[in-house]
Amino acid sequence: MTGFLFQRLIQSAVVLAVMSFVIYWLMGLMPGDPIDLMISADPKITSEDAARLRALYGLDKPITERYLNWLGAAVGGDFGFSRLYAKPVPEALLPALANTVRLLGITLCLSLLIGLPAGMAAAIRPYSKTDYTINLLAFAGISLPAFWLALLLIIVFSVFLGVLPAGGVAALGGDGFWDQAKYLVLPVANLTIASVGGHTRYMRAAMIEALRQDYIRTARAKGAGPARVVLGHALRNALIPVVTIVSLDFGFLFSGALITETVFAYPGMGKLIFDAIMGNDYNLALVALLFVTLLILIGNLLADLAYAWLDPRISYR
Amino acid sequence: MPRFFTALFALAALALAVLAAPARAAPKDTLVIGITQFPSTFHPNIDAMLAKTYVLAMTRRPFTVYDANWRLVCMLCVQLPSIENGLAEPEKTPDGKQGVAVTYTIRADAFWGDGVPVGTKDVIFTWKVGRHPKSGVGNMELYRRIYKIDAADAKTFTLHFDKLTFDFADISGFELIPAHLDEVNFADPVAYKNRTAFDTDTTNEGLYFGPYLIAKVETGSHVILERNPRWWGKKPYFRRIVVRMIGNTAALEANLLSGAIDMIAGELGLTIDQALAFERRHAARFRFVYKPGLIYEHIDLNLDNPILKDKRVRRALIYAIDREVISRQLFAGRQPVAHSGVSPLDWVYSEDVPRYAHDEKAAAGLLAEAGWTVMRGGVRHNKKGQRLTLEIMTTAGNRTRELVEQVLQSQWKRLGIDVRIRNEPARVFFGRTVTERKFSAMAMYAWISAPENVPRTTLHSAHVPHEGNNFAGQNYTGFKNAEMDELIDRIEVELNRGERAKLWRRLQQIYAEELPVIPLFFRAEPYVLPKWLNGIEPTGHQFPSTLWVENWRVE
Repeated sequence: MTGFLFQRLIQSAVVLAVMSFVIYWLMGLMPGDPIDLMISADPKITSEDAARLRALYGLDKPITERYLNWLGAAVGGDFGFSRLYAKPVPEALLPALANTVRLLGITLCLSLLIGLPAGMAAAIRPYSKTDYTINLLAFAGISLPAFWLALLLIIVFSVFLGVLPAGGVAALGGDGFWDQAKYLVLPVANLTIASVGGHTRYMRAAMIEALRQDYIRTARAKGAGPARVVLGHALRNALIPVVTIVSLDFGFLFSGALITETVFAYPGMGKLIFDAIMGNDYNLALVALLFVTLLILIGNLLADLAYAWLDPRISYR
Repeated sequence: MPRFFTALFALAALALAVLAAPARAAPKDTLVIGITQFPSTFHPNIDAMLAKTYVLAMTRRPFTVYDANWRLVCMLCVQLPSIENGLAEPEKTPDGKQGVAVTYTIRADAFWGDGVPVGTKDVIFTWKVGRHPKSGVGNMELYRRIYKIDAADAKTFTLHFDKLTFDFADISGFELIPAHLDEVNFADPVAYKNRTAFDTDTTNEGLYFGPYLIAKVETGSHVILERNPRWWGKKPYFRRIVVRMIGNTAALEANLLSGAIDMIAGELGLTIDQALAFERRHAARFRFVYKPGLIYEHIDLNLDNPILKDKRVRRALIYAIDREVISRQLFAGRQPVAHSGVSPLDWVYSEDVPRYAHDEKAAAGLLAEAGWTVMRGGVRHNKKGQRLTLEIMTTAGNRTRELVEQVLQSQWKRLGIDVRIRNEPARVFFGRTVTERKFSAMAMYAWISAPENVPRTTLHSAHVPHEGNNFAGQNYTGFKNAEMDELIDRIEVELNRGERAKLWRRLQQIYAEELPVIPLFFRAEPYVLPKWLNGIEPTGHQFPSTLWVENWRVE
């Protein structure tokens, strides 16, 4: 296991190094640079000023040289300065990350808490009324466009009922738990409705497959009750494909939900990454995307470890 | 299992009931403004961004400003300098050029929020920062033109400009920085842009001297402003103003309807078509103000295109379109048709320029004269068999422009002009296609300018971008006209208003006769305001309405 972990860490480091160059290079390929954006906002900036600013920000250098400069500084712990937020990159990144973890962490927990039991319920009696109802709701959740659903939630709960805030992170001057929680209800509901269907469907499929296995028949023949069969024998095996999905969700947990964050004016990672890319904020976009890559790698590693725990036949050398 | 769902539903309902205290109407001493952009920096001289200008206008005041009547007035200064009042004196620069010395006095009652008087020390420090090539200041032109500053006392100073231009009194771009707070950060000029107190200590009251101070910044979400007790002017009505950023305009509308925000700023809010649609649904609840201004929607014609080189074709293109109908049908007449790049609200605007009303007959005649006589498959061809095909480009995703583009395409089609649409994302369009003149025929976008803005960068032949000059300049049409060049040079240095008006008139005539550009509209900014809010006076130019925030009242 130690050898496996070491190997995976080396692999992850290589993936991160390659990704850092690929992201930097791809951003460099995009037309325009931050100075073009400045000029579009202030047509009085002269071409001499544009050249001066490009030199000042190092934008006049070839992309490889810029990347190596960034890499050298990053290895020393200096991730650069965010042009868009006028702050060091970690300072710009961390508040958005905290917001996103809060939003998507709650969403993931709720989605699993609802989706896994619902999937199990559907799988225990496939093609029953319960199954059809759960499937219908799951498909409805998957099919609803997040943007439309978000606006619908705002119109119903904020405009008509007036019981929940339409957007933001907290009431003005209200930094307390309940103040912030109130602002999370609609975005969490929006994301949960969109994601719970997927978890339900995966769980249902995996559980149906598990319940067809010989060992389930054996367990039933030995007199195990329905609850013991499902929870004690089938669930652990059915969780393996679900773990794969959850491990992928782990990465998304930190990459944000752009549409929901935009509609609910919630300053999270999705919006931050989008704005950084559109605003040519190389340092911020690069670090944010690398961070998400790292977390996806960690998520996959945790999934591999979970496989071994769930199924003792799986071992890593 | 159904019991499980019932329990879950009950739990959710309970949570909702606990969390959801009824949304209270904002108290009248707080105003919440919705805008679509968040400032990237709060430093007044680094980076140009409308969101920053909008917020900072409530916390600071420029020396001079164009008011809502488009007149240059003093804000931080006591008296506007002129040659007549002796505060401006033409002089020779050390290298023998014609320069000017302009004297200003800062208001005696102007104090930074921490009680330090605003003074000449700040002026000199700002100048040092503004002209340092590595300080990160974007537009250095104003600071570069000042070659010396003499401080007469703590409040009076004289700026020595290296060129005597008609706009010598306008130093609105001279944005003061507090020396007592930021000088220490300027010790290393290269690091200044990352260390300035405006971004590291944004809520420091010593950075502001306007009616409000920035009390809290929630990056990407909102900025809270509170009354400045040391403000010299009229006490603002609202104790607190919150500027909330909501990037999505549909969400912005929903927030307004829910009462989460009180108003949508015209400068950075809905587009005209969105506002008109919103007005149709909610006219009874809100007040709508549409202010046409200086944002000039137009179509640049690439004059290197062999078809567009012919002035008759350019004229036919403008005769073929009915801009009045477009303005009426798409914008409810709120966006006036443009006849040149000069706004009718600008004093230099001239009525006496060629205008092109919709005239299909004239357009057909001009096209025939230019050799586009053979109609085949609904498209004109010339005798060589070439099709009259042109390409139009604009920013993909901009619904208003795309709509206008489609109407124009259909109007040109009626004359046998085959216009094909090829739009690009704004980044690509402005990042390469327009700036490197890669559009083959027509590019539709807008220019933002200022009152009496001399179009040197857009119309002077020395400003045509090409590979040789590293694509410097904004004369994207490739327009070259010796008389226009001369007029631009003369306007800049003509101090006599009457004489300057004549030069402007001729400039607009050439523009309308030569048609390097098809003028479309002057964009209107839609303000969606609560009925109880009064005193907001949209300006239509680059100075936002928040510069007069102390006049906003609840009535």
